[in-house]
Amino acid sequence: MSDTTQDMATQPADSQSSLFRQLARRIQSRWRSIILFVPYAWLLIFFLLPFFIVAKISLAEIVIASPPFSNMIEWTDEGVMNIRLVFDNFIYILTDNLYYRTYLNSLKISIISTIACLLIGYPMAYGIVRSGPVAKRLLLFAVILPFWTSFLLRVYAWMGLLADRGTINNLLISLGIIDEPIRMLYTEFAVYIGIVYTYLPFMILPLYANMERLDNTLNEAAADLGSRPMNTFFKVTLPLTIPGIVAGSLLVFIPATGEYVIPDLLGGGNVLMIGRLLFNEFSANTDWPVASAVAIILLVLLVLPMTIYQYFQGKAAEGQ
Amino acid sequence: MYGKRSTFLSVMLAFGLAFFYIPMILLVIYSFNYSKLVPVWGGWSLRWYEVLFQSEEVWNAVALSLKIALVNATFATILGTLAGLAMVRFGRFKGRTLFGGMLVAPLVMPEVITGLSLLVLFITLKQLIGWPAERGFTTITIAHITFSLAYVAVIVQARLTGMGQTLEEAALDLGAKPFKVLTAITLPRLAPGMISGWLLAFTLSLDDLVIASFVTGPGANTLPILIFSRIRLGLRPDINALATIIILFVAVCVALAALLMFYQQKRQELDQKIANQGDA
Repeated sequence: MSDTTQDMATQPADSQSSLFRQLARRIQSRWRSIILFVPYAWLLIFFLLPFFIVAKISLAEIVIASPPFSNMIEWTDEGVMNIRLVFDNFIYILTDNLYYRTYLNSLKISIISTIACLLIGYPMAYGIVRSGPVAKRLLLFAVILPFWTSFLLRVYAWMGLLADRGTINNLLISLGIIDEPIRMLYTEFAVYIGIVYTYLPFMILPLYANMERLDNTLNEAAADLGSRPMNTFFKVTLPLTIPGIVAGSLLVFIPATGEYVIPDLLGGGNVLMIGRLLFNEFSANTDWPVASAVAIILLVLLVLPMTIYQYFQGKAAEGQ
Repeated sequence: MYGKRSTFLSVMLAFGLAFFYIPMILLVIYSFNYSKLVPVWGGWSLRWYEVLFQSEEVWNAVALSLKIALVNATFATILGTLAGLAMVRFGRFKGRTLFGGMLVAPLVMPEVITGLSLLVLFITLKQLIGWPAERGFTTITIAHITFSLAYVAVIVQARLTGMGQTLEEAALDLGAKPFKVLTAITLPRLAPGMISGWLLAFTLSLDDLVIASFVTGPGANTLPILIFSRIRLGLRPDINALATIIILFVAVCVALAALLMFYQQKRQELDQKIANQGDA
């Protein structure tokens, strides 16, 4: 239908329309710069600029002042500009046992949580794809719904389940399975539960989107040629869902590494994670240069997975 | 793809959904518990709802959070829509790569880093130009707009790509001015995307704890900040009551949105039918 309207529109007044188009294009180019300028300026000021300031502070020394860090550029009495870069913060973090262990522990926790999400989320996504049209919609809705409720309250729900006198321990004791409550809250186990619970939808949704596009005739062809379902799954379906696996895994891994709320609420003081350390460094110790350096190192750790994610997203967009 | 669902997949689905919903159902049930100790059942009661409604602190936090969420959603939708338009309809322009990068990065940036860097920015700005004089409503709203606009831009870009450009081109050929095309064709067609973007920005803002904690000042407690400060010390029955209200509110809103989308789709199908009949 749109084709016919366009034809009718272009036929009359050819010379006029080209002149008009030139004019229109000129006006549009103005419009464009206005439309572009506002969000561009916003992001430059409130997104990009702050990172440069953090990078600058990470190279400063702590001083007792407000704000509590030294100036990078100082003017000496002779009017000579003096630039001071202090790499002590980075050296301190990289050699200090606590920071080192915390970075490693964050990576360990987020890698194991990502694998757990994949093992639970993959069959769930596959199950949704293989459901009938009505069931599919309902199931998808059920996966997205928790996403809209408060993240904080979902973590809180697990505090009630895992506490020493919480629902799970009460149930196990009343069933006579255990006599003493098992300590679950404020352990690393609780942090794993919290991360998997919170980020599972992030794993399921990209996997679902990827599987939904798969061609079922491939499976049928494999079956016709005598391949057993298991064999078909590992040789046909699994390789074709790698983009979904990568996208889902990164969507879990990246935020989990910098997580603050879950280790704080479910791990108590017992679980070392970098997001929590950073937050505490900043609010309690007010050692801004070190906190900034911690942030820069975390960012460097995550740049690679973030780039991979953007690369895959770009490829997916091109494919569509 | 639609084949048969094996028993294994059905079991995994059931397990996964139980994992999603049992904790929340228990949270709701325990909000009606009389006992002060959350997991110890003391009979049904609305006691903690009363405690909650009498707390001025809670009401102030709710008011602040709603105010921030409303302003944030509106500004983020405007900025995100402009950004989405620029990315999809402007072809190549100077600095497009940087712009695209800045639009995607907030989606994957760890919250602690975003929060920390914005706080540092606000403090530096205050030193240099004396603004923002104090941290609170303004700084939290700015921080929220910054990450929400990226989410809105994603939705707007998807919608714009799906819409195609033929109608706009036709209007331009028929002599409509570009601004007229924007307001009469592009924006109305984009409206569903902008509404979803607005709702998402609103929810993200209400949900944010980490970034708000960084950029807030003394006395300005949003609802998540208030909840967090209370549950850090352990379980609290009044928070269960608050959680129940929030969960019910969200469930009703999401159900309404789903119904609305369902009817809109029905109407579109009907319109299409009528249009097809007209053609024939």
